[in-house]
Amino acid sequence: MTEQTTGPASEVPRSPVRVVLVDDHRMFRSGVRAELGDAVEVVGEAEDADQAVAVITATRPDVVLLDVHLPGGGGRAVLAAVVGALPDVRFLALSVSDAPEDVISVIRGGARGYVTKSITGPELTTAVRRVADGDAVFSPRLAGFVLDAFAATTDVATVDEDLDRISQREREVLRLIARGYTYKEVGKALFISVKTVETHVSAVLRKLQLSNRHELTRWANARRLV
Amino acid sequence: MRRLYRSSDGRVLAGVAHGLADHLGVGPLVVRLAFVVLAGAGGAGIAAYGLFWVFAPQTPFEADSPRDRQRDLTMLLALGSLSVGGLLLLSALGLGLNPGLAVPLVAVGVGVVILWRQADEDARQRWRQATDTHRFSGAARVAGGIALAVVGIGAILLGPARVDGTSGGLVATLVVVVGVALISGPWWMRMARDLAAERNARIREQERAEVAAHVHDSVLHTLTLIQRHVDDPREVTRLARSQERELRGWLYRPNYVTGQAEPSMASTASVSSSLERVAAEVEDAHGVAVEVVVVGDCPVDDDLLAVRDAAREALVNAAKYAPDSAISLYAEVEPAQVTVFVRDRGPGFDVDAVPDDRLGLRHSVVGRMARHGGSATIRSAAGDGTEVQLEMPRDTRSQQ
Repeated sequence: MTEQTTGPASEVPRSPVRVVLVDDHRMFRSGVRAELGDAVEVVGEAEDADQAVAVITATRPDVVLLDVHLPGGGGRAVLAAVVGALPDVRFLALSVSDAPEDVISVIRGGARGYVTKSITGPELTTAVRRVADGDAVFSPRLAGFVLDAFAATTDVATVDEDLDRISQREREVLRLIARGYTYKEVGKALFISVKTVETHVSAVLRKLQLSNRHELTRWANARRLV
Repeated sequence: MRRLYRSSDGRVLAGVAHGLADHLGVGPLVVRLAFVVLAGAGGAGIAAYGLFWVFAPQTPFEADSPRDRQRDLTMLLALGSLSVGGLLLLSALGLGLNPGLAVPLVAVGVGVVILWRQADEDARQRWRQATDTHRFSGAARVAGGIALAVVGIGAILLGPARVDGTSGGLVATLVVVVGVALISGPWWMRMARDLAAERNARIREQERAEVAAHVHDSVLHTLTLIQRHVDDPREVTRLARSQERELRGWLYRPNYVTGQAEPSMASTASVSSSLERVAAEVEDAHGVAVEVVVVGDCPVDDDLLAVRDAAREALVNAAKYAPDSAISLYAEVEPAQVTVFVRDRGPGFDVDAVPDDRLGLRHSVVGRMARHGGSATIRSAAGDGTEVQLEMPRDTRSQQ
């Protein structure tokens, strides 16, 4: 529900972010297009994985709004094909599913954020802009997943790398995001700047993507069986 | 020139006589009698019938000709008499057959013919393809099979004179069996595969029917209700949200059970499931959306039941005073305590300015938590929403 919003008003006006929409439901694409409005320039649309790779390669957008479930291999296939080849293109996963394995798989695949389709238009615009700037976008649920997966109770002795744990400060930030706080509110509550909040969240994202903790996958799989 | 067809209605055996009668413009009985007479003349009638059967195509409009039990019976009788006639013909030609061997052979022949006749045209086509005589390997296999069968049958017919003792008969039989297996093997495989495919299709069909039933029962029902309530946005939200919840549970949680919790079940429930249930109840009752995020989990004990009830009260408050805002419920189960946050983005209020007797929160949330050894904090500011924080230390004895 409550994605991170600093409000478009607080942003310095810039050229619109170039976006490609990837979703197999045409009605949803047109809905998103309408909601994004002028702040974002939609330069292409695709409805399956192959088409998405072609459109992204041809248009080189700033941000790709990527559905997790797509014909032809899903969002994961698009990420696998594009992330290595076009490092400047950033991905924001947008899905109806909030199943942990879906979330974790696209984040591990290289997406810089995950929001559910219930997000409002202004929140989505902010999220797109944030991803375009290279920051990470965490929904409350994603923050909850990360807290769960990197639980503080994990035996420290078995964790040998910094990548495999999150700092106390990062934990505080995630906890506030999970409580429904915007980045701005998180900053206010912790007496830090929004930029610092973004830095923390991006650091967590990096750990999520690079950590070779098998627990992440196992955790996601275990949740599926609950 | 008119073509000769085997008739598909009014036939006794293969429709040759009826078709021929139609073709010649005489009664079928005449043709049949002619066949019988000719059959008496050294079996020529039977040979002619067989040739017609092989070369005359069946009438194209075979569709839904009623084939009842009586028809099948007549056909069996006809086949039987044909076989007996064939045997008599063979003995007349001097190829005397041992009756002990002839009867099983006739039975097998009748069985194969019936099987072939029972199969529809598609199946026959597939069986024909299965023998695959177009490719060299297929042709070689069939030829080898026929050769083996002929050799084997020959060995049996010509008796122990050629092969030694009783084991010779056994070997000959084995040779026949191998020959027949070589010829018909692909058919059996094809039939087995057809059977497996059919079973799979049936399972898929069942699953599809289950999904369809579910979609029909709940989703269509909800959509109908939504159309009826177009003027009531809150009711539409409530309906859509509750349908979404149910569908999600159905899709993503295999063991999800719809329906309300019974009070007796509450003691065995987990923190996450009981909080999700509470949130669902509030969503249903007040037409709001509650985002529930739970980190960690543990079984619910009496103290945590109090947390659950306090959380429900906080959610109800949020739904009442901030119905159009997003409501978040975040719970974290740690080894030492359970913390729950309920946050809305409504107008907010001045906590200290509310009189004691009017604040439901104070009694049902703060009081309840205090009675169970926990605490509740309410933070609110005008224009900034409200957040209720519940903390309950965990009873270490009841931990698993």
